[in-house]
Amino acid sequence: MRISCPICGERDRREFYYVGDAVALNRPAADAGPEAWDDYLHNRDNLAGETRDLWYHESGCAAWVVVTRNTVTHEVYHTELASDVREAQP
Amino acid sequence: MRIEGKGQIDRTRPVSFTFDGHRYQGFAGDTLASALLANDIRLMGRSFKYHRPRGVLTAGSEEPNALVTTGLGPAQEPNVRATTLELHEGLIARSQNRWPSLDWDVMAVNDLAAPFLGAGFYYKTFMWPRKFWEAVYEPVIRNAAGLGALSGEAITEKYERAWAHCDLLVIGAGPAGLMAAQVAAEAGADVILVDEDTRPGGRLNAETLEVDGMPGADWAADLADDLAALPNVRIMARTTVTGAYDGGTYGALERIAPDMAMRPGAPLACFWRIVAKRCILAAGALERPVAFQNNDRPGIMMASAVRAYLNRWDVVPGRNVAVFGNTDDAHRTAADLIAAGVHVSALIDARHHSTTDLDVPFYAGAQVSDATGRKGLEAITISRASGQDKVQADCLAMSGGWNPSVHLTCHMNGRPAWNRDIAAFTPTEGAIPGMVTAGACQGDFSTRACLEAGARAAAEVLEGFGLTLPHVEIPKAEDSAYDITPLWAVPGKGRAWLDFQNDVTVKDVKQAATENFRSVEHMKRYTTQGMATDQGKSSNVVALAVLADATGRGIPETGTTTFRPPYVPVPIAAMGSGAQGKGFAPERFTTSHAASKERGAPMIEAGLWYRPSYFPQPGETHWRQSCDREVNMVRNTVGVADVSTLGKIDIQGPDAAALLDLVYTNMMSTLKVGRVRYGLMLREDGHVMDDGTCARLGEAHYLITTTTAAAGQVMRHLEFVHQCLVPHLDVRFISVTEQWAQFAIAGPKSRALLDDLLDAPVGDLPFMGYGDVTVDEVAARLFRISFSGEHAYELAVPACYGDALFRELLTRAEALGGGPYGMEALNVLRIEKGFITHAEIHGRVTAGDIGMARMISAKKDCIGKAAAARPGLVEEGREQLVGLTPVGAVKELTSGAHLFNQGEEAVRVNDQGYITSVGFSPTFGCFLGLGFLKDGLSRHGEVLRMVDHLRGVETLVKVQDPVQFDPDGGRVRD
Repeated sequence: MRISCPICGERDRREFYYVGDAVALNRPAADAGPEAWDDYLHNRDNLAGETRDLWYHESGCAAWVVVTRNTVTHEVYHTELASDVREAQP
Repeated sequence: MRIEGKGQIDRTRPVSFTFDGHRYQGFAGDTLASALLANDIRLMGRSFKYHRPRGVLTAGSEEPNALVTTGLGPAQEPNVRATTLELHEGLIARSQNRWPSLDWDVMAVNDLAAPFLGAGFYYKTFMWPRKFWEAVYEPVIRNAAGLGALSGEAITEKYERAWAHCDLLVIGAGPAGLMAAQVAAEAGADVILVDEDTRPGGRLNAETLEVDGMPGADWAADLADDLAALPNVRIMARTTVTGAYDGGTYGALERIAPDMAMRPGAPLACFWRIVAKRCILAAGALERPVAFQNNDRPGIMMASAVRAYLNRWDVVPGRNVAVFGNTDDAHRTAADLIAAGVHVSALIDARHHSTTDLDVPFYAGAQVSDATGRKGLEAITISRASGQDKVQADCLAMSGGWNPSVHLTCHMNGRPAWNRDIAAFTPTEGAIPGMVTAGACQGDFSTRACLEAGARAAAEVLEGFGLTLPHVEIPKAEDSAYDITPLWAVPGKGRAWLDFQNDVTVKDVKQAATENFRSVEHMKRYTTQGMATDQGKSSNVVALAVLADATGRGIPETGTTTFRPPYVPVPIAAMGSGAQGKGFAPERFTTSHAASKERGAPMIEAGLWYRPSYFPQPGETHWRQSCDREVNMVRNTVGVADVSTLGKIDIQGPDAAALLDLVYTNMMSTLKVGRVRYGLMLREDGHVMDDGTCARLGEAHYLITTTTAAAGQVMRHLEFVHQCLVPHLDVRFISVTEQWAQFAIAGPKSRALLDDLLDAPVGDLPFMGYGDVTVDEVAARLFRISFSGEHAYELAVPACYGDALFRELLTRAEALGGGPYGMEALNVLRIEKGFITHAEIHGRVTAGDIGMARMISAKKDCIGKAAAARPGLVEEGREQLVGLTPVGAVKELTSGAHLFNQGEEAVRVNDQGYITSVGFSPTFGCFLGLGFLKDGLSRHGEVLRMVDHLRGVETLVKVQDPVQFDPDGGRVRD
């Protein structure tokens, strides 16, 4: 699989460290309550189809990248810097 | 037999080789198969299950029968296809799966037992008694069935892995591939052209066909030379594309030419990953056999192979050859043989409407129904409506038509479609994103059609690249129509072979259907059809046609099994090259490594790092003697240890303090410049991730340390927190672990040592203080921190000065009665003080479990704070850190042992806790341990049972405070 790092360009997926769902960007407030924290930490959908997840360009520029891809076809739709995605959030 | 001819062997270069111990001669350009046939050797192997005598069937990588073992000792390689093995001087090849010899094989008795060994034989026969499977059945079967064996020795050969990138990958250098590469290259695209053969041309090398008015092989060689001269073309011969993967990535195995591979340091093979924007598959087609009784006799081979041996290698596989087929290829084969002066005893064409002008006994609308000659073909039986004829033949060229090589198009779940016109499967468009198919692999079987298809595919690709299509003339070539009457299995009673390598017959497939294994995937697994090393390249389509017939369905409804990578066997050594031994785990050495080795220190691995275990002195015969001495040395004088392996992260920026407040449980923003603070990091789930020190070097400049093991994880975590959670913070950080060499100087005389060493005295640097110092005018960093419980410092210099400083520190320490200490002593010192390592913070403990609940600041948020407050992580009954010392008859503690209340059985339900770290303390004269105990904080003073089930050790232990030495910390502050 090839992933396009927004900084380095297209690279083999072996250069990246996979983490999981990009929901990790949406850290709840400290007092958000157990259910919000439980969802943030543990609950994940296991979709066949489009997913957004986080990859770390560990053997490259150390950027955290949000990758939108298809778990069935392995097609990578687009990639963004996690910091850009986070800053665009309210 | 070798004849005079126009083939492509080099008769000026004879090559000698051995097969089964006998010496033979061939020529450069031969394969082992062609050289053996030239020496009139037809028997080349024994079959997998029935040990039937077998000869070569094909002339390519699809070969199921002629598998040999090459090389000796560690270089032994089993299951090498004789058809692709390039003959080279000194080649040693042996036949397989026979004993005592290929000619006389005892296990051939299996062939007589064939009625009992059919499809599903294993499943039915060895159901009971159950324990017989491992003890009796499996060893016997393993011994009787099989192919070649590995030597069992570690390989010494060199393999390589490499990457390549291009605009266009062309797979196959036959007419279609060459044409595609030419058009794309002339348009300026960056092209890689790969072919598994030693020379380009594909079938043109094996036929007498002309292209552009010259012999096809010459046309191919000339064009390939022209292309190779272009800067934007790379031609890779001997390279088989083994798999198609996501994102235009292709796996390929390149075999290095034998004369190249023999050069010192040269690899045997290279496993490539080729990344291509687009790909043209021009993989050609494979001829398929016809199933008839005893069609596996040595001497029966594919018609295309007979032509290849004749036209390319000047070898006739027999003196009296019969030809059998259902397309014009049978006639072409007979014509080539007659032109070469070989006697053709019969031309049998299954098509009723066929005619011939050739001067041969001709049988139209006939089929070969049997063959005789156990170790070599002697005669065939020809059946037609009017009766049977027996005809003498020592070689039969058979052809059941052609199967396009669709394999790679199926590697990403693509399913080929049935094409009735050519009675074969062809690829589905778009099965591999970015791939176009052209030529015979798409069902274009004439040379002219292949050339046109190659040019057309290139034009399509170039349009996508936005490149201008150059004008390339398509050369003149043969353009005959393909006329086939499908023929799969000739009716008859005896065994007719489908999968030669796995010994699967028509009868087996029919039996599978009868027992309701009707799905092609079930039939495959029940009969093992197509599951051998050749993956059923020549047999799968015939087998599923037989299954379709047996189940009363059509071939399209029956479908194919799934083709998976690799297309040809790939040595694990090639795929894993560079990742064996030290390549798998590179070594990281500290700057003091050489000096430590000079002192005889055994090294211990810490992650990828190597650290000295202890420094033996003359007279010490046991590591404990060295360790005890080093511990006493630190407690009484001064010791020096390299601590450079701890992770060091340099953090700078106006918001550095804010970031650290978020990742550490405690406050780092309140740390004064010039001071150091111990810090604890949690994972977001509330468990402890790592600990270390945090020094404030300037208002906006921190230096933190991590444990050796977690350095990478902490760096990744910091990047995550910054980029994904708080990107607005103005802060940057970088690992400086390898830039600084850092040494602990510990013990009562450490200040005296440093006062003397440093350009200015240490002065009143307080405990947990930091100062910029110079050593011989080299700027250095001095931290007053301690992992031993003694008055201690850590001194850091740029790594280039590490070796010199370490040696200088040892000289000065020894002058004060001290010296170096290793990991063993370091471990004992910290256990005496109750300091934790990753033996304690192993991923399941909370700050509370290690007695640090109060380190989670109430004044701010931090990573893991919310989750750490979950009821399950703070409730009573959790296992808490305690100190332990043995009080029973056995004066030993073992790491990993479990704790039980006295009087209770030592079983899981009664478990009270476990021991994480132990060491013999010379300070206390006994073993000390750290461990976790249910509600341990409130159980100091209790005596428990320690049971180590694994090592068989049991004793009584007393629970105490983890800090067993200098509990009020007076020594570090002194």
